Amino acid sequence: MSRELTYAEAVREAIDLAMARDERVFLIGEDVGVYGGAFGVTDGLYQKYGPERVRDTPISEAVIAGVATGAALTGMRPIAEIQFMDFITLSMEQLVLQAAKLRFMLGGKVQVPFVLRTPAGAGTGAAAQHSESLENWFVHVPGLKVVMPSTPADAKGLLLASIEDPNPVIFVEHKLLYRTKGAVPEGYYTIPLSQTEVKRVGRDLTIVATSLMVVRALEAAETLAKEGIEVEVVDPRTLKPLDAEPIVRSVCKTGRVLIVHEACKTGGFGGELAAVIAESEAFDYLDAPIRRLAGLDIPVPYNRELERRMVPQVEDIVDAARRLVKEAR
Amino acid sequence: MNQSFADLSPERLRALLHQMMLIRAFEEAAEQLYLQGLIHGTMHLSVGQEASAVGACAALRPTDYILSTHRGHGHCIAKGARVDLMMAEFFGKETGYCRGRGGSMHMADVDTGNLGANGIVAGGVPMAAGVGLSIRMQQQDRVVLVFFGDGATNEGAFHESLNLAAIWNLPVIYFCENNQYAMSMAIARASKVEKLSDRACAYGIPGVTVDGNDLLAVYCATKEAVERARSGGGPTLIEAQTYRWKGHSKSDKQRYRTKEEVKAWQERDPIARLAQKMLEASLLTEADLQHLQARVDEEIAAAVAFAKASPEPDPATIFEGVYA
Repeated sequence: MSRELTYAEAVREAIDLAMARDERVFLIGEDVGVYGGAFGVTDGLYQKYGPERVRDTPISEAVIAGVATGAALTGMRPIAEIQFMDFITLSMEQLVLQAAKLRFMLGGKVQVPFVLRTPAGAGTGAAAQHSESLENWFVHVPGLKVVMPSTPADAKGLLLASIEDPNPVIFVEHKLLYRTKGAVPEGYYTIPLSQTEVKRVGRDLTIVATSLMVVRALEAAETLAKEGIEVEVVDPRTLKPLDAEPIVRSVCKTGRVLIVHEACKTGGFGGELAAVIAESEAFDYLDAPIRRLAGLDIPVPYNRELERRMVPQVEDIVDAARRLVKEAR
Repeated sequence: MNQSFADLSPERLRALLHQMMLIRAFEEAAEQLYLQGLIHGTMHLSVGQEASAVGACAALRPTDYILSTHRGHGHCIAKGARVDLMMAEFFGKETGYCRGRGGSMHMADVDTGNLGANGIVAGGVPMAAGVGLSIRMQQQDRVVLVFFGDGATNEGAFHESLNLAAIWNLPVIYFCENNQYAMSMAIARASKVEKLSDRACAYGIPGVTVDGNDLLAVYCATKEAVERARSGGGPTLIEAQTYRWKGHSKSDKQRYRTKEEVKAWQERDPIARLAQKMLEASLLTEADLQHLQARVDEEIAAAVAFAKASPEPDPATIFEGVYA
């Protein structure tokens, strides 16, 4: 049975189900308790599970990551929240140098099963220190997994899979997705990590998009369909470890690929995707160069119009797709 | 029972003396092997600091946890690790504690509660709060003791961890081995407070400074902190004042301190002090001491032989352990 839930409700339902099912799962973060989280995602969980399992912390991002790591190392299954992805910069040492590497450094003798949830993205007028999309930093770190769901149903199933996963998972939510609605199956279910999904089938062009950009790519695809351009929209969902095969297969079919993400273009995940495609058999099927549409290489501006221009919008995707289908290699 | 030996039996005291001697022998052997080119990388020796490692771990149970530092060989041995598996790790061998993936700076023995040495100053300190919380939430009869150096007390992570453990009353013992230098930075130049344990008052928890070269003083202070933690009384900050005889690592020319200073601290050798005290109390004879030394030498020789004979990791397994 499915019903409509918002993305935020889907995340909350996943946390609730995991906490009900497994005593080892607990929440830790800033204002996750009575306040219900800065974006209301954990609303009601404090009332249901109490202060032992829904733990408000001081503003101490390094120790939030440290607690998640230490508790996971010794038998618990923490879900940590970093209130804005920007603040994850204050947790980097524990995440990158400890959590990610412990298992390997200790010869495979330990596990560090925690999930670090964090809202990313611009579009809220919060300017340069509350709007970043830093996912690719973590993609670069062996030992971490990076998950970025685009729909409520994916958010729920992928979060439950992340909580079950024996590794540290950076789970990136998007602030503008929190209020989006979609059909979400009831009850406990997981969507396996590292499973790319084709969100829309098409023959003329592949768009590989992440997070909010999947939603925008699907909207662009509607517009393009009216012009006779059939777009295939592919969502990796898990950025690391990446399930590349469906992406490669799609590009082999369409011969054209546009990569869309919100994070700054230079050093972004799009470069990795482009390289994966270029190194694969899809290279021989390309009818046009691989194109990337991504955030401008600037800090996120405050001004509404400047902020809008910084991040790919539906019309930008439509334009880029139109140009690409006319291009020849 | 002589009161100056706390509640430690003569057998236990001899075992602790043996541990201290084993640590020193292990490190001296490691240094020789490095000079011979048999071990690569670097190492951080704790020669001169044996009483703080052994005294602290003596107050713990086998089921208690420790988190260690880059200068962690002593902690590892004191918590009950085997020197042959440690030596194999030093050699980068498959039989080592970390299958040759960690080396000196990541030595760990999860089975004896050692969750690992750490290459990052204060790296284990935030994790300690997590381990403490984990113990509490699972209602285990355990505590966690985290070792760190004087240098770590100036890291922001130190503050965050002590504050959190304090407000949540977690069963954590913060054990600072103040060996006077963070690489070349003297603690007097790095901190305005004279006793690092004074910092405990900032978190509303007890703080105590002890002579880190006196095994009994370290043991007693740690025992009190462990009892407090175990009975729900929350964390304690212990500062053990000690000294590293060797340089920071293998590349240290030691321009920042004088030979006289080193010599003065060497006269407070923690091993000689305990041995002397036990001899005077007739808990040990010269013959016992010689026997202990012979036993330690044998153990180290066997460990080196084991390490040398052990296989290298198979390159085909290079990706193992990145993900579970």
